[in-house]
Amino acid sequence: MSNRIVHWFKYASPQSFYPLAGKMIPLFWVLAAIFGVIGLWITFFVAPTDAQQGEGYRIIFIHVPASWMSMFIYLILAAWAGLGLALNTRLSGMMAQSLAPTGALMAFLSLWTGALWGKPMWGAWWVWDARLTSELILFFLYIGFIALQSAIDDPRRADKAGAILALVGVVNVPIIYFSVKWWNTLHQGASVSLTKSPSMAQTMLWGMLIMALCFWMYSIAVALTRVRAIILEREAHTEWVKELPEVKQ
Amino acid sequence: MNWNSPAEFFAMGGYAFYVWGSFGACAILMIVEPILAGRRRTSILRSLRRERLAEKLDSQ
Repeated sequence: MSNRIVHWFKYASPQSFYPLAGKMIPLFWVLAAIFGVIGLWITFFVAPTDAQQGEGYRIIFIHVPASWMSMFIYLILAAWAGLGLALNTRLSGMMAQSLAPTGALMAFLSLWTGALWGKPMWGAWWVWDARLTSELILFFLYIGFIALQSAIDDPRRADKAGAILALVGVVNVPIIYFSVKWWNTLHQGASVSLTKSPSMAQTMLWGMLIMALCFWMYSIAVALTRVRAIILEREAHTEWVKELPEVKQ
Repeated sequence: MNWNSPAEFFAMGGYAFYVWGSFGACAILMIVEPILAGRRRTSILRSLRRERLAEKLDSQ
């Protein structure tokens, strides 16, 4: 038991996480590609035309996974930030910093695909609706987190300030999720819920879940790539970085 | 199968602009982001190598 704990904590140091991340990145790219191909195949060739929305509804297969990831990445970011604040571990802040741009990208894609779906179906690119507005706030939280961190020179202080912003912002995630229940909105209700069976056909559900897995694997791969860069930037002065084969060559 | 011809596929039942605008933006961002992340690492590696070389030259 104690052995296992030691083993686990070993990877909490940037020095041992750096090569581990390097080994995991190709694996996640392969998984992202596999899920992406299957997901896109279902999106365009298996899922039938919708009775009401025709082919326009196919946007759902990226809109929902992007929205899920934007919320999920925020939770992970806040968890890393909180861990860093509580335990003062070096890797936590780096992980939070690495996740923010990917989360911002997902929030942007959620808004972008939503606008392109809203225009033909609702007749408006944008409405100041609870769901849309809270998702926009999430996007601004990511941007604020990135801006705040880059405005502070000392990385440890930047981590602390960012962590507080991230933790305060967490309150927005349940607001996004439940916004369609709490307020009367133009946006449709949850597509997939834990309490009742999904309100959609099986093939659509599968397509969406597989696309979500693709987005998930993509996010992990790109966040690990970025965290490796951040580790090198922050640990540039250390002996272990100077001894890395890619630096010594 | 939903489509009888490639043209029909690209037309997306009249929703081409919205569907391809969504999937296109998604594809572009998901190609650009990993490239930028990778570049960030190559750029720090380059400066680390330069630093190492400078130290080596200094000690000679």
